[in-house]
Amino acid sequence: MDALVTGAGLGDLLEKMRSGERLSREDGLRLYRTPDLPALGYLADIARRRHNGDKAYFIYNQHVNYSNICTNLCKFCAFGKEKGSPLAYEMSVAEVAAKVRARLDEPITEIHMVGGIHPDLPYGYYLDLLRAIKEVRPEVHIQAFTCVEIAHLAEISGQSVEATLAELQQAGLGSLPGGGAEVFSPRIRALTCERKLSGAGWIEVAKTAHRLGLRSNATMLYGHIETLDERLEHLEMLREAQDETNGFLTFIPLAFHPKNTEMATLSRTTGVDDLRNIAVARCFLDNFPHIKAYWVMIGPKLAQVALAFGADDLDGTVKEEVITHMAGAETEQAMASNRLVELIREAGRVPVERDTLYNEIRVY
Amino acid sequence: MAGGRLSGEEALRLFQRADLLELGLLADAVRRRLHPEPVVTYVIDRNINYTDICISGCKFCAFYKAPDDPAGSLLSFDELGAKIDETLELGGTQILLQGGLHPDLPLTYYEELLCFMKRKSIHVHGFSPPEIRHFADLSGLAIREVLGRLRAAGLDSMPGGGAEILVDRVRQQISPRKCSADQWLAVMEEAHGLGMRTTATMMFGHVETIEERLEHLLRIRELQDRTGGFTAFIPWPFQPDNTGLAGRPKTSGHGYLRMLAWSRLVLDNVPNLQASWVTQGPKIAQVSLFFGANDFGSTMIEENVVAAAGVSFRLSEAEIRHLVRDAGFTPRQRLMDYTLVEDAEKR
Repeated sequence: MDALVTGAGLGDLLEKMRSGERLSREDGLRLYRTPDLPALGYLADIARRRHNGDKAYFIYNQHVNYSNICTNLCKFCAFGKEKGSPLAYEMSVAEVAAKVRARLDEPITEIHMVGGIHPDLPYGYYLDLLRAIKEVRPEVHIQAFTCVEIAHLAEISGQSVEATLAELQQAGLGSLPGGGAEVFSPRIRALTCERKLSGAGWIEVAKTAHRLGLRSNATMLYGHIETLDERLEHLEMLREAQDETNGFLTFIPLAFHPKNTEMATLSRTTGVDDLRNIAVARCFLDNFPHIKAYWVMIGPKLAQVALAFGADDLDGTVKEEVITHMAGAETEQAMASNRLVELIREAGRVPVERDTLYNEIRVY
Repeated sequence: MAGGRLSGEEALRLFQRADLLELGLLADAVRRRLHPEPVVTYVIDRNINYTDICISGCKFCAFYKAPDDPAGSLLSFDELGAKIDETLELGGTQILLQGGLHPDLPLTYYEELLCFMKRKSIHVHGFSPPEIRHFADLSGLAIREVLGRLRAAGLDSMPGGGAEILVDRVRQQISPRKCSADQWLAVMEEAHGLGMRTTATMMFGHVETIEERLEHLLRIRELQDRTGGFTAFIPWPFQPDNTGLAGRPKTSGHGYLRMLAWSRLVLDNVPNLQASWVTQGPKIAQVSLFFGANDFGSTMIEENVVAAAGVSFRLSEAEIRHLVRDAGFTPRQRLMDYTLVEDAEKR
């Protein structure tokens, strides 16, 4: 097998991956550019085995998007709506609590909650959301509010990000999801989401959270107008931040979906794109414990194949995923946990049901 | 890996022990050795089913209509003509013509059908060993004579359908009224002997064992050694919905890619391996190009059989070309025998 990887001109990178040596940006570019997809997978697999052994994870979670009203209205987003739009909605605290209550009979370990940047929901609303969920399901872990939402909450509460996070933590916040990162490059942000928190700003919020003991995830939205250099710059910024705080749990490459967005003329990502981003991330982010293949975006078939290309997490049972489906995702909106177990096992891994922090709930 | 042939034993051990990546790496190396030019081919054609009335009633099939079913139909020559005209307008180069095993159409019907089609100057890639066997049974003629007459009437080549798994234990379970494995191979041998090119297929992921899949591959390989008539091999997984075997687990992307890669390694004498975007969709089909496949099959201007099992991906020529290019290959339109079509005007 080694000979086949060396034959692809990647022998030096094979050495680096084996010895655990960090890859340079140049190395990352070569990996993005190699036509040899199986060889790339082989390299990523070395890193995956080192980090995760035989295990592949999934979680039994529930998604709640409390409101789609958003002042950012990023061009790649089909979810956000202006206030007053007929498709705009916002849930009351009681409605969110009811959604959680409706599924109390299921073994849900995580509530994943994000929404748009709302112009006038008061700071208290967000604290109430957390408290209400905890009241209904005291043991559940709440992974909520992207760094973008956190920065917004700090602004409307008139406090520092640190004080805001501490208060949210008190109210029940367990960890931050990885959204809102998009691509850190200022060029991309100027072109696609100029009103949004900057890339550097996003990183600062994440590091502040980590210093308070809050773990978080990180994402990258790929497959639109970003260059390979910009992808690597993004990954490098994450890697550096992780060197400092070690607070990131999972990196999730997110495939851009064009439908109903302002960038609807772009084509969808291909299977090769999807696997490539997962594999390169696994090789490059040597200090991130987990890489997720988000089945809602790339489909369960490809997510399973991604387990051979560096991914060790398939995310969750989800249900009611809205954000990507408004942008044209054709996958089902839920996947039964026994199906996730089957897919993982067939891929030759040990299926492990986890909680948000990767504690093992059950090994199958 | 150096080009030596895998024995049955070795092939079985490989499948049992190698993981997805290993199979992929090996199959990809074989593909590159057989096709050093980074080209991926595809054909523009249309699958026309002349009838869905069928006496075979295979358990895995969601397409057939039993002979006493009033919903069963026979395509009129007019409709057929219109479909062919449309295909030609869309740049199609061939018709893949197949149908159920009709209880009473005489051989002359098929000869007339072929003559009619050939007046439109289109390549007819038609029938399959079970149909040929059926025509022989109904007419009392030998296979060679049936094939000879059909050829004279205009049959240019034959698809490899009806192979399923070339092991009678399996066939008795899932398609008891269809020709046996030996009969399937015998028809192909005759066809190749008459100078006709054909493909070979496999439908896997139902009641068969891995050993039976291997036997299927080895039988194809052995016949190919003798005749060299197969142009391509096309494996695809059984699609359970709406069939007599509904409720069986669906083959995953992982399972499909492993089988594809394994086929590439075992069938060292079959030049081309087609990805099945029809059953797998564009993402997995594109990834297949790194697991041994070098051909993207057909643009399928029309496809009814798999669609009846509730699986209906659709890909335009432009989309196929995009996927192929995105994977780092040059897309080329081809004919049934894999000669390339001049594509000066395509983007």
